[in-house]
Amino acid sequence: MRALKAYCRSPAALIGTAILMAVVVMGVGATFFYPNDPLGLAGRPLQWPGANPRFPLGTDPSGRDIAAQLFHGARVSLLIGFVATSIAVMIGIAIGALSGFYGGVTDTALMRVTEAFQTLPNFLLLLVLVAVFGSTIETVTIAIGLVSWPPVARLTRAEFLTLRTRDFVQACRVQGLSDLHLIVREVLPNALPPVIVYASVVMAVAILLESALAFLQLSDPNVPSWGNLIGLGRNVLRTEWYVSAIPGVAILLTILGVSLVGQGLNDALNPRLAASR
Amino acid sequence: MRVLRLALRRLAASLPTLVLILVGLFLLLQLAPGDTVDALMAQMGGGDQALAEELRRFYGLDVGIAAQLGRYLMRLVTLDLGFSSIYGKPVATVILERLPATLLLMVSALSFAFFFGLVLGVVAARRVNKWPDTLISTLGLVFYATPSFWFGLMAIVLFSVYLQWLPAGGFGDITQNLTGIAAVLDIARYLVLPTLTLGLIFLAIYLRIMRASMLEVLSLDFVRTARAKGLSETRVVARHVLRNAMLPMVTLIGLQAGTMLGGSVVVESVFALPGLGRLAYESVVQRDLNTLLGIAFISAVLVICINFLVDILYARLDPRISAES
Repeated sequence: MRALKAYCRSPAALIGTAILMAVVVMGVGATFFYPNDPLGLAGRPLQWPGANPRFPLGTDPSGRDIAAQLFHGARVSLLIGFVATSIAVMIGIAIGALSGFYGGVTDTALMRVTEAFQTLPNFLLLLVLVAVFGSTIETVTIAIGLVSWPPVARLTRAEFLTLRTRDFVQACRVQGLSDLHLIVREVLPNALPPVIVYASVVMAVAILLESALAFLQLSDPNVPSWGNLIGLGRNVLRTEWYVSAIPGVAILLTILGVSLVGQGLNDALNPRLAASR
Repeated sequence: MRVLRLALRRLAASLPTLVLILVGLFLLLQLAPGDTVDALMAQMGGGDQALAEELRRFYGLDVGIAAQLGRYLMRLVTLDLGFSSIYGKPVATVILERLPATLLLMVSALSFAFFFGLVLGVVAARRVNKWPDTLISTLGLVFYATPSFWFGLMAIVLFSVYLQWLPAGGFGDITQNLTGIAAVLDIARYLVLPTLTLGLIFLAIYLRIMRASMLEVLSLDFVRTARAKGLSETRVVARHVLRNAMLPMVTLIGLQAGTMLGGSVVVESVFALPGLGRLAYESVVQRDLNTLLGIAFISAVLVICINFLVDILYARLDPRISAES
């Protein structure tokens, strides 16, 4: 309750929530606002925004409605961001929890793997994964999740390292509770707040990674994606730059919303930090 | 000397990581549909089974995966990364041709982000919660949210198409034979937009970290002592606070070396720079898996080297590190 109140007092958090809600409404209502296929031919290609009242944001080089692609793209971006973040957070928590709880050889082995993932540039690993498994929307989402978990694992491990020696954990241990119970029911709930805050960073990066991949035309070409549209607009950049400009603003606002919400959560959940700001 | 030994020990500890990466990637690439020979045959316009088998023997693809992996690792020791069938050259040569552009881009983007991140972070921290702080922090948030490739495209529209101040892409003017200072200045002109594009997100991160750690250090006791001695505020910041507040930023350089290399893939594609990142993109499109594996290896080595340098720099900034060991 106190955290919620603190969250609502921060103007940045409220602006972020408003932006994010708007994007969610765009994504959820996409089929309602634009029931036709957003990748289908809608009118004469390359009409400037405002030139034709039927297309308030204009049309792209293939004569498709940019506004429709923007709405349907919101759904794709949010979905990819959410699913990829869930995958990354789950892998990260599992590895971080095991590593931090057991320590010793388990810790060394798991941290070696984490280090390997962190040493290899994640966009490069993403390229390798896409080259190997192809670029459908499912493989791209899973691939983004697979390259994003190491920071989550490190954070979870650090939390577990400090929590596992606390008295309440020792008390549970004396009662003969199983390791699984200790990890999942006792330590994890206490370790979760910073991980949840960090999930907002993971989500922002996931959306950026997908749009960069789509911009390079290495993501699924059969879904309306903001990055895809920016990539298409590149060919007509010198004259019809609005094709690339509009979806970029959408990405920028979405990432801004996610970051502001994350910052708000952080301030609300770590009051000591918020006070020093 | 002690610092160097410490850093070298960290360097040695990263060797198993490197082997892990190589083995993992090698096995991963075995899952890819089609091998080098398939790609090569497709390029030649097809061929019969006998030719395919002969080519497989020539490229050493006729033995088991374990044997191939063993051979690959053995050759790596002599820095032989295999042969790129697409470019018709050894992979090591192809990569070496592309490395300078990427290194130049990374160094300039890092310097840009580090310098301006530092300055803006210090200014924001000294005017905390006043308008310069609000302005800088907001700018930081917006920069952080800007997709680099989109910023690059918009910069091209503004600076190359409309204002015509800077070239839209490429790496030096090839129509004139420039030498000496003129050639350096020419390449610098081509690097301005890519540097800004790649450095923007890191600038945002650095200024945020710098602001936070400045505020943290400014509240410590030794700063109060320095002020009590009667030092001016500028001197307190320059001599006492800055060096301590820079430590988290230096750590971040090492942590984000990989992210920056990944970012250069996109930036080099936007500005048609002949660098490692663009090579990675091309080898994905052309299914040149040997080259892709080589780039991944070199990138990992690069990240490890950067971390080695960061370790040394960190120890120089923070004398406690070398005293502890």
